[in-house]
Amino acid sequence: MENQKSIAETENEIIEDFKLLDAWDEDQKYEYIIDMGKKLPELDDIHKTAENVIKGCQSTVWLAADFIDDKVYFKADSNSVITKGLISMLIQVLSGRTTDEIIAARLDFINKIGMHSHLAQTRSNGLLAMVKQMKNYALAYKIKNTSKA
Amino acid sequence: MITATAIPKELDIAAIRQQFPVLNREVKGKPLVYFDNAATSQKPQVVIDALVNYYAGYNANIHRGIHSLAEEATAAFEATRDTVKQFINAAAREEIIFTRGTTESINLVANTWGRQNIKAGDEIIISTMEHHSNIVPWQLLCEEKDAMLKIIPISDDGELLMDAYEKLLGPKTKLVSIVHVSNALGTINPVKQIIDAAHRAGAVVLVDGAQSSVHLDIDVQKMNADFFAFSSHKVYGPTGVGVLYGKRQLLESMPPFQGGGEMIKEVSFEKTTYADLPYKFEAGTPNIADTVVLKTALDFINETGKTKIRAHEEILLHYATAQLEQIPGLRIIGKAKEKVSVVSFVIDNIHPQDIGILLDNRGIAVRTGHHCTQPLMQRFGIPGTTRASFAVYNTKEEIDAMITGLYKVIKMLA
Repeated sequence: MENQKSIAETENEIIEDFKLLDAWDEDQKYEYIIDMGKKLPELDDIHKTAENVIKGCQSTVWLAADFIDDKVYFKADSNSVITKGLISMLIQVLSGRTTDEIIAARLDFINKIGMHSHLAQTRSNGLLAMVKQMKNYALAYKIKNTSKA
Repeated sequence: MITATAIPKELDIAAIRQQFPVLNREVKGKPLVYFDNAATSQKPQVVIDALVNYYAGYNANIHRGIHSLAEEATAAFEATRDTVKQFINAAAREEIIFTRGTTESINLVANTWGRQNIKAGDEIIISTMEHHSNIVPWQLLCEEKDAMLKIIPISDDGELLMDAYEKLLGPKTKLVSIVHVSNALGTINPVKQIIDAAHRAGAVVLVDGAQSSVHLDIDVQKMNADFFAFSSHKVYGPTGVGVLYGKRQLLESMPPFQGGGEMIKEVSFEKTTYADLPYKFEAGTPNIADTVVLKTALDFINETGKTKIRAHEEILLHYATAQLEQIPGLRIIGKAKEKVSVVSFVIDNIHPQDIGILLDNRGIAVRTGHHCTQPLMQRFGIPGTTRASFAVYNTKEEIDAMITGLYKVIKMLA
């Protein structure tokens, strides 16, 4: 899947989507996120290995990455549907990007849609660890690619 | 079980609520409903005031200062020891040791009595429903000493299997360390029976009272516990203070936990002699302010009346249980006959974390996850639960808000 839009453009699309939701009804935001979570294809059990687990205190996230034609593609899943929804947005923004794009991504949209609390330590839901892990994959592929060249 | 009819006069819950300022706040634009009392209770205004008064009025280091402030602070600190002694009916004030919390109290026993008395091949008994803080210190000790940890199994309702327990007891059993009330299930364990059986086998018993102290009348002498531990912050007091009760002869026989000031009699480079009880176990400057204020919290409980508090909490527990049982797909985890006001549950195909996030969005604070009892969750084959735990200031209307919230949450997540 070729990602034609830039990271910033994709982030803006998500922010615009959230603006359409009733600002006073927090449930609407979560309904959107839950919907995103339900739409994210389930990860094949073959990828749900101990190696791919990002363990939060409560929910579990599985993250797999592929490096094809200088771009990183992510697949992920979680046993929490809200976490899965947040993951789905991260994948929408970061999957199919170059390693440099992923490493540089600031992911401001999480703040702008009011979901920053999910990155806080107290949530312990693995999302923060997931962002780190996505960037780690990008960094690892970049190093591997540079040493090859 | 206490019924409402047995109570001469019911508590004025509205008046009690007014004493807890945090209950006036909103969360996410909704009135706060605080159902995470098993994690920590909220604090009444008298406790908050007492903390300010200590720092504003008589803050000083205790025990050796000759000036007036030091005298006042020492008197207040030691007054808490007397109140704690009464609160759990210890035989003597020297049997009350102040720690940082239940966890430190347990670690103190593991590191002193445990290291002194546990030998290779000895056995320590705990149960399936222990908090991690009553598992890990014993695992560390067992590893160090090549001793064995034995686990009392539980029933599907979340009650200890007492026959199995009695079979675990034997000549190698040196210690039984048991939770009085389960934080995840609410089960009240028959500690008297557990202690009597352990004593017949010649074992020492530690009771983890972190969850029981706020709900139940505690009488360590009647219970005949050798050690009893609890935390201030779960009994409407400040964080950072805990209590370890120990029978005098046991405490006297134990080596010190930490070295430093306060805990010594004489120090020379050749030999140090230790202070008498309880100071032998209170090295360094203690958490004076919070310890002083623990007295205020216990006074609050005593004045409100534990029996009345319990009666109110029982009403909430039964009301919540009945309402929750109506929800399709919901299963209560922990159906012991004897319970405190804790109700843990799972809902088919919904992760507890999602329930917690969406209830928080409605201003309702519950706890979700494994509650630091991972082996217990494994026993039930679940990743975690959603837990609502009630205190004296909670109401049926708040439970209604949670139930309404849960129906909405299920609709959103289905």
